Amino acid sequence: MEGSKIMKIYEIPEQENMRPGHLACPGCGAALAMRYVLKALGDKTIISLPACCWSVIDGPFPYSSLRVPLFHCAFETAASTAAGVRAGLDVKGKEEVHVLAWAGDGGTFDIGIQALSGAAERNENIIYVCYDNEAYMNTGIQRSSATPFGAWTTTTPVKHYKNRPKKDIVAIMAAHRIPYVATTTVGFPNDLIRKMIKAKDIKGTKFIHIYAPCPTGWKCKPDDTIKISKLVVETAVFPLYEIEDGEKYTLNFMPKIKKPVSEYLKMQGRFRHLTEKEIEIIQKDVDFYWKKLLEKCNK
Amino acid sequence: MCKGMSKICNNNGGGEMRKVITGNHAVSYGALLSRVEVIAAYPITPQTQIVELLSEFCAEGILRAKFVKVESEHSAMATCIGASAVGARAFTATSAQGLALMHELLHWAAGGRFPIVLANVNRAMAPGWSIWTDQNDSLSQRDTGWMQIYCESNQEVLDSVIQGYRIAEKVYIPLMLILDAFVLSHTSEIVDIPSQEEVDRYLPPFKPKFKLDPDDPHAFGGLLGPDHYMEIRYLLQKDMERALEVAKKADREFYEIFGRSYGIIEPYKCENAEIIMVTSGTITSTARTVIDKLREKGKKVGLLKIRMFRPFPSIDVKNVLLKAKKVLVIDRNISYGIGGIFFQEIKSVLYNEDKHLPIFGFIAGLGGRDVTPQILEEMIEYVEVHNKPEEPILWRGVKL
Repeated sequence: MEGSKIMKIYEIPEQENMRPGHLACPGCGAALAMRYVLKALGDKTIISLPACCWSVIDGPFPYSSLRVPLFHCAFETAASTAAGVRAGLDVKGKEEVHVLAWAGDGGTFDIGIQALSGAAERNENIIYVCYDNEAYMNTGIQRSSATPFGAWTTTTPVKHYKNRPKKDIVAIMAAHRIPYVATTTVGFPNDLIRKMIKAKDIKGTKFIHIYAPCPTGWKCKPDDTIKISKLVVETAVFPLYEIEDGEKYTLNFMPKIKKPVSEYLKMQGRFRHLTEKEIEIIQKDVDFYWKKLLEKCNK
Repeated sequence: MCKGMSKICNNNGGGEMRKVITGNHAVSYGALLSRVEVIAAYPITPQTQIVELLSEFCAEGILRAKFVKVESEHSAMATCIGASAVGARAFTATSAQGLALMHELLHWAAGGRFPIVLANVNRAMAPGWSIWTDQNDSLSQRDTGWMQIYCESNQEVLDSVIQGYRIAEKVYIPLMLILDAFVLSHTSEIVDIPSQEEVDRYLPPFKPKFKLDPDDPHAFGGLLGPDHYMEIRYLLQKDMERALEVAKKADREFYEIFGRSYGIIEPYKCENAEIIMVTSGTITSTARTVIDKLREKGKKVGLLKIRMFRPFPSIDVKNVLLKAKKVLVIDRNISYGIGGIFFQEIKSVLYNEDKHLPIFGFIAGLGGRDVTPQILEEMIEYVEVHNKPEEPILWRGVKL
């Protein structure tokens, strides 16, 4: 995060590959994520898109809000469909076209993990982006294995909130020893763009985990999306880092002062019911994993 | 296998080559000659040899295809769909549980109009585990929108792969060719392997009307409201209907080049037949010998082989059967709660005819149990002495 902030803004490519008129909710982190990702990848990109918010956001037949070809695939097949697209393009000599699998957390952490693991183990030359809004938002806010400890969803009511931690998808993907795994968020567009451009030039499976707030599901203000995306990094709830070849960890953002998780939690209605004690549990968990991450990054 | 490959290498000069190969390898040669471009498959007995030989073809560079070794049949079909969507000719093979796991994506392939060819080796569904033949795996996929061809010999298997792409790519509907476990899959027969030049003349490269293309970007398969969905399905049915004629033409043109033809159905000794036996798969071969024997004895019996099950050749079937006095249908499958599936189809095809035709539905050979000539003869004897079936399902060979 060094250098002039003004200069950084202009590093974001001007070309828009996403049109206005899409169907995202106000403040949707996933819509912003797609806009940035396609700016970085350019229009020589084909997307495999399983059931997720984006299968609605793009627009109903015959409309599409994207300027790249998009294939709506079955819920659990983002990676396997992308592998087929890649194989078809390669056999036709179109190696220069990028294949982007674009799935939500449900399609990645849960139902699609088998196909994703298969593709990663084969090191398919695809870019897999999971835009993570931490629940099944498209179907009406049901818990996924990406839902964090303590969160309310429609299937984890306040009296029975989610009492298991979020699945560590980044560690799972790194364990496949693929060339590139990275976390990023819409609150850090320069980081997001840089990582996508980096991924573009690496051969093999690239997994990018994008934290994408959902004001509708998180019960937060639509105009707080960016603020929350920054806070989640500043509190180390979702640190920005990358892992090369399953081994080389690099921390991309070191908060000057690590903010308390309560600042992050209090902005979202989904955590409103949490007691001081429960917040303390979350803080301890975050501190524990942050320490472990710093060790891996040699910090 | 390596010997086979060197021979196919030497076959580039043209002219047919005759080899003794299993049904599984007949599929592999069919895929090789069809110049498939993407293969995605997962092992399952008794299909596995198909993709083993294809991996060797790819590894040796005899077949210029991308072989994606996926982690499940579900991913196999998803990968074929992705490949087909960018305009590559895609192939896969499976059996039983594997086909069942693909179910969701069989709908996706047909609904998205991707002309993939799949070879299914008919194997009974678990539990208990069975690797032996019956048709419940493929017939459970009846309503997914795939075409289905049931094969009787290894030659027909090889030819049906090639014909399969020709038909599928004309109507943009995927096609499943089906062969019996072990009876064909692991049994060697003499097969004429056509030359690549001849196959190239018959089967042009796949050039789809629509594909995923960054130079002409579109979204495929997006949300369809009630205003659009029904028309898409109507068009699929219309093309299914059209596929009957397309398949007949493909078979005629196949004959012109290769000298072999199968039809979408095959009536055998049905002239003046009073009883016609309806079969599919390898039971047909056994039935031929029984019909020959009974004809020699002067009995007026015939045989109708159903090769194409979807689209169902209703008019062709009707034209043959209406000339008979009684019809006997053999099913190596069952739709629980009603009976044999071919039996149901044949009955429904004949229902609106003025002529009332007694139809006898036999079920035999489930889970690979042998269906012997003697069993078939006894079925005909039963039909001879009964005006109508005594039971809705006439089970044969059950030990209970």
